[in-house]
Amino acid sequence: MYKVTVLVNRRRSILDPQGKAVELGAKQLGLTDVINVRVDKKITFQINTEDEAVARKEAEQLADKLLANPITEDFEVSLEKIV
Amino acid sequence: MSPRFGIVVFPGSNCDHDAYHATKHILGYDAKFLWHKDKTIENTDVVILPGGFSYGDYLRSGAIAKLSPIMEQVIEFAEKGGTVIGICNGFQVLTESGLLPGALIKNNSLRFECKDVFLRVENNSLPFTSEYQHHQVIKVPIAHGEGNYYADEETITELENNGRVVFRYSDSAGVISQEANPNGSINNIAGIINKRGNVLGLMPHPERCVDPVLGNTDGQGVFKSLLTVLN
Repeated sequence: MYKVTVLVNRRRSILDPQGKAVELGAKQLGLTDVINVRVDKKITFQINTEDEAVARKEAEQLADKLLANPITEDFEVSLEKIV
Repeated sequence: MSPRFGIVVFPGSNCDHDAYHATKHILGYDAKFLWHKDKTIENTDVVILPGGFSYGDYLRSGAIAKLSPIMEQVIEFAEKGGTVIGICNGFQVLTESGLLPGALIKNNSLRFECKDVFLRVENNSLPFTSEYQHHQVIKVPIAHGEGNYYADEETITELENNGRVVFRYSDSAGVISQEANPNGSINNIAGIINKRGNVLGLMPHPERCVDPVLGNTDGQGVFKSLLTVLN
């Protein structure tokens, strides 16, 4: 069994209104040094196989076809074997 | 012969009945609902993907809807030349499913924008716009949080150079400006068409300005144009 973590990041060139809103909030808190806030996504799931190659292939397929929109987002997949 | 409209109902669609009312009751066309689990599209000339929040907008707007059984049929229908209109969330489903290029990202205002806007008709030689004059300005409502049209430079150039930008946000005089842009869309793009010319996606809601009782019938042109072509 593998535990998979997929980080979905909006491309840095694309406006991130949520990051902008958090940055405004930071300023309200008096934290004026806080800049370049980005709000990204972390998705976790498990794949019920003992074969790492299969797990990676399925995780990447899911990330590419559904979890991330390739036009606006990049993704990183990491695997961890669990017992 | 009047066109037969098929209006897709996803869990969370909320403009399906608006589209039905506009096409069936006001314009007098044949219209029916298509359930998201349906595996066939029969006796339909025009598919409408309506506005709303399909699957709660979970993950991204339109991301889950693109995988529903009916979308497989809609994609096949479009590839065979069938006419498809995606309105608001329907436009988001069309970009997610790859039938239209680009993506709809969060409004740069950070707000859900719900108001009347003016649109300039950029291309009136399409099956969806032949009832309008070139550069006619129409008033149509918008209601979205993620309508900010984005695509890479190459795609934008391709759309612009081939008359594929169908509607653009403008002021009441037809002037295109940042002030008239409600969501930050590149080049004030409000609606685009696919290369073949049979799939239209737009964020504004023409179906909400068809009934005269609401005081604005500027949206009728989109549906009446289809009548001319199908005949």
